[in-house]
Amino acid sequence: MNFVALLVIFAFLAFAIYLGIRARSGRDMDLEQWTTGGRGFGTLFVFLLMAGEIYTTFTFLGGSGWAYGNGGAALYILPYGTLAYVLSYWMLPAVWKYAKEHRCHSQSDFFVKKYNSPYLGVLTSLVAVIAMVPYLALQLKGLGLIVSTMSYGLIPSTMAMVIGLVAVTVYVIISGIHGSAWTAVVKDIMVLAVAVFLGLYLPFALYGGFQPMFEQITQEKGAEFLIFGGDYPIAWYISSVLLSALGFYMWPHTFGASFTAQSTGVFRRNAIIMPLYQLILLFVFFIGFAAVLAVPNLGEEEVDLALLTVVRETFSPWFVGLIGAAGLLTALVPGSLLLMVSATILVKNVYGVFRPSMTEAQIVRYAKYLVPVVGLAALSFTLAGGQSIVILLLLGYSLVTQLFPAMLISLLPNAMNVNKYGATAGILVGVATVAYLTITENNLGTLFPWLPQGIHAVHIGIVGLILNLIVLLIVSLATRGFVERERVTTAEERVRTRATT
Amino acid sequence: MKTIYLLGVLPFLGFFVGIFFANRVEPYVFGLPFIMFWIAMWVVLTSVIMGIIYKLDPINREEDAE
Repeated sequence: MNFVALLVIFAFLAFAIYLGIRARSGRDMDLEQWTTGGRGFGTLFVFLLMAGEIYTTFTFLGGSGWAYGNGGAALYILPYGTLAYVLSYWMLPAVWKYAKEHRCHSQSDFFVKKYNSPYLGVLTSLVAVIAMVPYLALQLKGLGLIVSTMSYGLIPSTMAMVIGLVAVTVYVIISGIHGSAWTAVVKDIMVLAVAVFLGLYLPFALYGGFQPMFEQITQEKGAEFLIFGGDYPIAWYISSVLLSALGFYMWPHTFGASFTAQSTGVFRRNAIIMPLYQLILLFVFFIGFAAVLAVPNLGEEEVDLALLTVVRETFSPWFVGLIGAAGLLTALVPGSLLLMVSATILVKNVYGVFRPSMTEAQIVRYAKYLVPVVGLAALSFTLAGGQSIVILLLLGYSLVTQLFPAMLISLLPNAMNVNKYGATAGILVGVATVAYLTITENNLGTLFPWLPQGIHAVHIGIVGLILNLIVLLIVSLATRGFVERERVTTAEERVRTRATT
Repeated sequence: MKTIYLLGVLPFLGFFVGIFFANRVEPYVFGLPFIMFWIAMWVVLTSVIMGIIYKLDPINREEDAE
């Protein structure tokens, strides 16, 4: 029995919480402080926070696990971020300019102002929070896997997830984003070092190099394992990449983070550098592939354990603990960010619309009450199904990407005459489609077997997105006259009030 | 719409259309299966393409001048 690994991990957890407490001391925490760090972060800090988004449990455990379980299909993770940065070159400056001119502080504000409808803000907030539940669930799942593996099975993973949730909750309530930012720096350095080291060491130590490794995998599992095909054909790849690339900046925290930039030039320059950052993922894939023949007996529901297991089999416990700690931070930092953002949105952009008299102090207090509630929702979601980390994130993307059509079209020069009715109907139809297809476990192939085989595996999120867009345009067109009349009435009212005063 | 912006379509073609030709293990390049090399190559090319767009886009010169 070995406690060394666990000890190292808990030491890091304590250190992370200490950083969080220290970051907070000596300041009064108002809403601005708690959620955005008082906008007092330098460019470097903001960059680290945004870049750090890439290194979540999703990439660390999910990416390597998906490579272990499904081989070449894991490669979809590289293009989507890259293409999202391409889009960001045009999209983010437009969002930033509008947000600055109209004093938007959140994604919800953006929709409220663009469509002149407070209730659309409520709807988009709810969709975003619901989409964050599977995202949060995967971070908790990662935490649970790490703690349980590192305890060499002593702590069962369900209990480990509960411990993880408690840790994240305490962490968020104590520190807010200041803690996240400091821990993010530690996390990024650790994960970068661990990923590159393992990605190089394991293939050479276990197989004698990259090509020998892939050749042995081909011999054992067939060449199809390394490419797209089978359950994850090219149609799945293209639709999943597109879905995730379009949704990349639709998360409230990524969308909102863009408001903090000093000028639009930052986004254009980031679009050049950030794709290169993605290449770190290659090393994560190497780790997963190295595990394929090294620890061949993980079941279908255990693929996310690939990295941790191969590490546990290869290294001595204190080093295992160090890697576990890196993994712990990749779950803790994004997990705390997601929890905080979703709780704040629920209070400010949903509840606040119906109770505009709330003070800042009240918002912070209610948001802190909600943190454990949102956490428990994510926990029950994690316990309910045995989905792998990648599947959980794709589910989150299927939901959050439904905000994309209404966002993009509103930025076009004449906005194609879309209105709040169209946007609302489109988003509702998109989300309902995704929910229905997910719950009934259907896809295009099972619903419409007569469709060409090639597109059966198109991701359900894309199906929802297409219906969403069609409904958005049709409903906007149908309600055009209605909106015109509304505009005339408000204009008349304005004239009348002016005349009376 | 500036013509230079059309370059932004290339990464999408590389990742989405190119994949139909690149979805194969052999030949190995730098020890990587061909598809892995192809995708990694397009990540680097995307960075280069965005760099070219940035250089040629007059909007960035205006901003520098400010």
